[in-house]
Amino acid sequence: MIHPLPPGTRDVLPDEARELRLVTDRLRGVLEQHGYGEVQTPALEYEDVLRRGDERAAGAAFRLFDDQGRVLVLRADGTIPTARLVANRFADAPVPLRLFYLSHAYRAVERGAAQSREFLQAGLELIGAPAPEGDAEVVTVVLEALAAAGLRRHRIGLGDASIYPLLLAQAGVPDAERATLLDHLERRDLPALEADVHRLGLSPATHDMLLAPASLRGGPEVLERATGPLAVAVENLRRIHQLVAERSGAEADRLIFDLGLVREMSYYTGTVFEVYDPAVGYALGGGGRYDDLCGRFGRALPACGLALDVQRVHMAQLEEERLA
Amino acid sequence: MIADAGLTIAVPRGALFGETLDRLDALGVNTQEVRANDRKLVFPDVGIVTMRPSDVPTYVEHGAADIGITGKDVLLEQAHRRVYELLDLGFGYCRMVVAARAGDDPLGEPLRRRGLVRIATKYPRIASDYFTSTGRQAEIVEVKGSVEIAPLIGLTDAIVDLTATGTTLAENNLVEVEQIAEATARLIANPVSHKLKAREIDQVVARMRAPVA
Repeated sequence: MIHPLPPGTRDVLPDEARELRLVTDRLRGVLEQHGYGEVQTPALEYEDVLRRGDERAAGAAFRLFDDQGRVLVLRADGTIPTARLVANRFADAPVPLRLFYLSHAYRAVERGAAQSREFLQAGLELIGAPAPEGDAEVVTVVLEALAAAGLRRHRIGLGDASIYPLLLAQAGVPDAERATLLDHLERRDLPALEADVHRLGLSPATHDMLLAPASLRGGPEVLERATGPLAVAVENLRRIHQLVAERSGAEADRLIFDLGLVREMSYYTGTVFEVYDPAVGYALGGGGRYDDLCGRFGRALPACGLALDVQRVHMAQLEEERLA
Repeated sequence: MIADAGLTIAVPRGALFGETLDRLDALGVNTQEVRANDRKLVFPDVGIVTMRPSDVPTYVEHGAADIGITGKDVLLEQAHRRVYELLDLGFGYCRMVVAARAGDDPLGEPLRRRGLVRIATKYPRIASDYFTSTGRQAEIVEVKGSVEIAPLIGLTDAIVDLTATGTTLAENNLVEVEQIAEATARLIANPVSHKLKAREIDQVVARMRAPVA
């Protein structure tokens, strides 16, 4: 008799567990070397507590009632619980705080989409370090960790969550339309974006300014191509590129600047990251700067972080092994 | 332009097939072998894989193909797929409509007397979203084949289906009641390929956007 598992969950057998362990040991090694300390938070938290962090993110896929009738959720990411932990346990600690976690998170999946409901994340959070130095440190550490895990062709995409809202404001787009345009950009539905921007009847220059970010991506030359208000908005990305180049030389060539990059979590306030490898059709991980999040739990600190999906890093590492 | 740029494109068989291959010809891709062969599905020399249109988003989402061409109807039905939509190619125009047997009030009558309308469709998500967004209760019956027969033999009150010329509807004594959306062929891309192969994909977009000489 076969006992079913919920879709999007799986058993890990000894061979895979050994290999995953190797990946996580190597990631952990690099993180510890850079002064990041491991934390563990509970998989279950009070919904109303996580909701302080982000309405959407805390709208977790799995909820239950405890024996007191309070609503518990399975965490959907590692960043909000870490922000909560910082306010609780490091209320007076000197900053920056460097923390990391290796833990499972839980999300809803679409039927037949080969997504995981439960996935193991390796995440780091650098709390109390402002942009651009903090962003550059996170990028540098992640590049090193992925190389240690056996990846060779990985890249990090960088965007800035503040760019597009700024452009929309500059262009005088009515509030009611902004969310629609941002949504088109997030899904990169370019025909819809073009149609809706066109409908606003803006000047040709403004029109082009609102369409440009959707396809401006590539090496640092992309930042040079940004003109007008966009040039100011990309200044932070330019500084990050400089700092990464100073810290790790040619590794800076792994950065892809993507002015249309939007991440689904709404707590991002500045730089956003996504990690790619040609062996995997999905991002291996992502993150960004969330300068307002810790404050919502009581200790206002600029912060940024990035979480990797360990199983996807493993997929990329297996492909490198095969190619070697 | 495709294979030599390290790209793989998912090409839909069926109604969009010919025009899609014409567009690829215009890019300088040799599609002769693809045209000559309806059983073979994978053409690595020219970077083409062929499949049914509704599978294109799946292959592109998973990165098995970097880019692909499929109808907006397919993309609307599979709105959960994480693919980027880069270009409206303009061809393959058709419309998603509600159709029913000719009569005074084919939707109003069942809504008034049973509180809901029964709809047969191959597009359950589009149909369900449409009736929800227009504030009407609908019971969606998913069928795989000729959806036109459903209202004729009493399975449902109406259908939601794609129509290009309206001929099939007319032949089955059905009339269009409401239009839900218009659809044309779209160029889509895998989000990771869109970053890692940016220059190559942008070249394809630029060439496909330019009016065919």
